[in-house]
Amino acid sequence: MIDVLYFAWVRERIGMPKERIETSATTVAELVEELRGREERYDAAFADLSALRVAVDQQLTDFDAALDGAREVAFFPPMTGG
Amino acid sequence: MTVRVQSETFDFAAEVAGFGTEPGVGAVVTFTGVVRDLPEGGLQAMEIEHYPGMTESAIAAIEAEAVSRWHLLDCLVVHRHGRLAPGEPIMMVATAAPHRGDAFAAAEFLMDYLKSRAPFWKKEITAEGAGWVAAKDEDEAALGRW
Repeated sequence: MIDVLYFAWVRERIGMPKERIETSATTVAELVEELRGREERYDAAFADLSALRVAVDQQLTDFDAALDGAREVAFFPPMTGG
Repeated sequence: MTVRVQSETFDFAAEVAGFGTEPGVGAVVTFTGVVRDLPEGGLQAMEIEHYPGMTESAIAAIEAEAVSRWHLLDCLVVHRHGRLAPGEPIMMVATAAPHRGDAFAAAEFLMDYLKSRAPFWKKEITAEGAGWVAAKDEDEAALGRW
């Protein structure tokens, strides 16, 4: 089981901030493909990965990153702090 | 080194009063970010979303990087989240160093990294609706100078 978190417009497009899913994905990219296959709203949210950032266990990483033992994956747009 | 992420406002004077008082400090630099109205006016509020847990650790990592690059005796980052009105302070950084070069450079470094590497997202609320603020290419490019 892995917690998947969504922030900002990704959260709005998918319609929830967080879900716990059972997955056999071994990389972020595989998880994204799995999510895209679920429903149109996921497919729309992940249509352009260049507009998204990903964190695994609260560390920024990239879509090739392994999910080996990860507890939490978060998807969000580029950050706008400061 | 201090990181605070909070919804309530902060008192700049109070934050600065106790900062950089340790022996050896010769320079204190501070920066405060304020909710700016739109060029055409009409901003009702700025909503700032963040990623609890990651926000604090990401800022702490940015601070640690600043400390490894410059001779700093202290640094402080305060960043708010939630619904803010135009004119309210969003965030502040303060750096204390023996010399001003380190204090200025570290403060700018902290600002550049907070903009693009700390998990905050801003949404502008107007009478016409709400929209997420897009990240700017120049903010990402600003990281290249470090």
